[in-house]
Amino acid sequence: MSYLVRGYLEEDELPPKPSKERLEERAVAYIECPQEIPCSPCIESCKYDAIRMENINAPPEMDYEKCNGCMQCIRVCPGLAIFMLRLKDGKGYVTLAHEFLPWPKKGQEVVLLNRKGEEVGKGKVTWVLPPERNDQTSLVRVEIDPDLIFDVRAIRIIEEGE
Amino acid sequence: MRLEDHPIVKFKRGKEVTIYFNGKPVKAYEGETVASALYAAGIRTFSRSFRFHRPRGFFCAIGKCSSCLMEVDGIPNIRVCKVYVRDGMRIKTQNSFPNADSDLLGFLDSIIDRFYPHGSHYKKFNRPRILREFVTKQIRGFAGAGDPPKKVFEGNASYEKIETDLAVIGGGPAGMSAAIFAARAGAKVILMDENPFLGGQLVKQTHRFFGSGRHRAGTRGIRIAEILADEIKELKNIDVRYETKVFGIYNGVVGAVERDKKLLEILPKKIVVATGAYERTLVFENNDLPGVYGAGGVQTLMNVFGIKPGNVGLIVGSGNVGLILTYQLMQAGIKVAAIVEAMPRIGGYFVHAAKVRRLGVPIYTGYTIQRAIGKKKVEAAEIVKLDEKWCAVKGTEKRIDCDFICIAIGLSPTHELLYQAGCKMRFIPELGGLVPLRNRYGETTVEGVYVAGDVAGIEEATAAMMEGRIAGIDAAIKIGYGGDEALKVREEVVRDLKEFREGPFGERIVSGLKKVSIEELQEAEA
Repeated sequence: MSYLVRGYLEEDELPPKPSKERLEERAVAYIECPQEIPCSPCIESCKYDAIRMENINAPPEMDYEKCNGCMQCIRVCPGLAIFMLRLKDGKGYVTLAHEFLPWPKKGQEVVLLNRKGEEVGKGKVTWVLPPERNDQTSLVRVEIDPDLIFDVRAIRIIEEGE
Repeated sequence: MRLEDHPIVKFKRGKEVTIYFNGKPVKAYEGETVASALYAAGIRTFSRSFRFHRPRGFFCAIGKCSSCLMEVDGIPNIRVCKVYVRDGMRIKTQNSFPNADSDLLGFLDSIIDRFYPHGSHYKKFNRPRILREFVTKQIRGFAGAGDPPKKVFEGNASYEKIETDLAVIGGGPAGMSAAIFAARAGAKVILMDENPFLGGQLVKQTHRFFGSGRHRAGTRGIRIAEILADEIKELKNIDVRYETKVFGIYNGVVGAVERDKKLLEILPKKIVVATGAYERTLVFENNDLPGVYGAGGVQTLMNVFGIKPGNVGLIVGSGNVGLILTYQLMQAGIKVAAIVEAMPRIGGYFVHAAKVRRLGVPIYTGYTIQRAIGKKKVEAAEIVKLDEKWCAVKGTEKRIDCDFICIAIGLSPTHELLYQAGCKMRFIPELGGLVPLRNRYGETTVEGVYVAGDVAGIEEATAAMMEGRIAGIDAAIKIGYGGDEALKVREEVVRDLKEFREGPFGERIVSGLKKVSIEELQEAEA
């Protein structure tokens, strides 16, 4: 339970990872929600039976084969703990929930942050779900170094003159 | 200081008005409270402490802490966080000379105290009589809280007697749910709240809620307040009384005052008390310095009125309130220097902590705040590491520069009305303080008086809504409404609530509830 001392997950605390082949096939939801909390919107939103949860307090478990990347769960997760991961043509893609101003725009270059808030590089925004279409939780997809898809968990907009 | 753009909330401000603070004009907008308008104008000292004239500022913003007592239009001791601005309103700080911000009485007090310590006026200046009378008059001029009112009530006071099935006290998540479920079963309900709006503390919860979809998980608290208010509007058998303060329950009769001029005598068959909770403070040096705020107070200021509490904050406590507040501050463009947590681990949900950690906010577990630094307002804080025995470790002090400090260490139930009504109460630390004994449907030891929400034990809004549903529907059933369908719904919610509390976060609540459950106590006796 040492993630509860630090506030972030270390490599050995991460949930099982989808295979490289699976990530290359299509996008997949990766849920970083290890703690027993009374919460179940993700499983209720999943139409493909890809999430398992024994009871409302149990942490969700993913079946990566059933997930078709529809992104319903990432839209409703109140913990903003779900990330869509994808490998394509030698590039990595992470889709994450974003609730800060200014809203990111497609094509923009942004700073990439890991779970500790450290800068790990820069990436390009390739798709944005406008906030008004999801009660002000925007979804942002960034194109990044494929080795970083299990590290990048937030973005920071580059300020003018930076 | 006023926020224009916010990722989640659109602030609707009313007409611009002018209020006068110690004679100086202050710009405000209709719909703002006096306290928030003054805060937005940069005013930080709201009052002076009674004894030592220490500066006091904003703290809770919901009328519980009395840090903001001022004279409004000639009437002393008004909680300005509960009064809405009107054009031309005259506000004056009290117990200070010339005003609370630059108070000479504090200085005077420290000199007088040296020669004439507390209590010496009983013995000194007694003779001759003329001296005694003179000195007593001067002392009385300095003592007390505020000047006597300069005007008397001139309006037309009225009186109304109301017979109804259910009286619900408090229009937060628990009270609203109780009213809705009782009304759906067919009961006639009166729902009273001291604010001009319903929703209680939901109105500042801009984040998405946890729980199950059936109980509105994944929906933001502010939207849940709107949904519940709409449901209430549709139910014609709910009579909502805004700005209504309940002052007592006398053998089942509820006494209240509506909009400060109408006395209500309510004769209900059942009563649900859902009065919520108030914020706790923490003992440390300078904890009354303006700039030390309740976490909920900051949420009200920022998310309801759209006013920035400061530029850099320090959060004390890593429960869900502290973690969520940190995230909300960042959404409003405010920097959070750190979160300190006295326990060796984070108290709230990990996912809430992860949200702010990945944006670079440090979380110091095993640390506490030692003192607030600053003369008339917070300029920094000193934090210190704690050992296994909860003692400060010398040499580990760290100075954190910040201009406000949020105390997010928990809440206490607003239990006074239950006590007054004669409910058997017990102090249960797991539930946050004094709470009433109750049966599985929330009925207390006083027949017909139910309890729901934070006043029944500090938990969170999802559980409060479920408790409200159970209390409301059970009250309706006992009056004779609803039939089998109502019984079924009641048992369903009881089951959902039980399941909700089955995880590790419910453990503490469940162990606390055992100590106040009438059924369990009877079983133990038998």
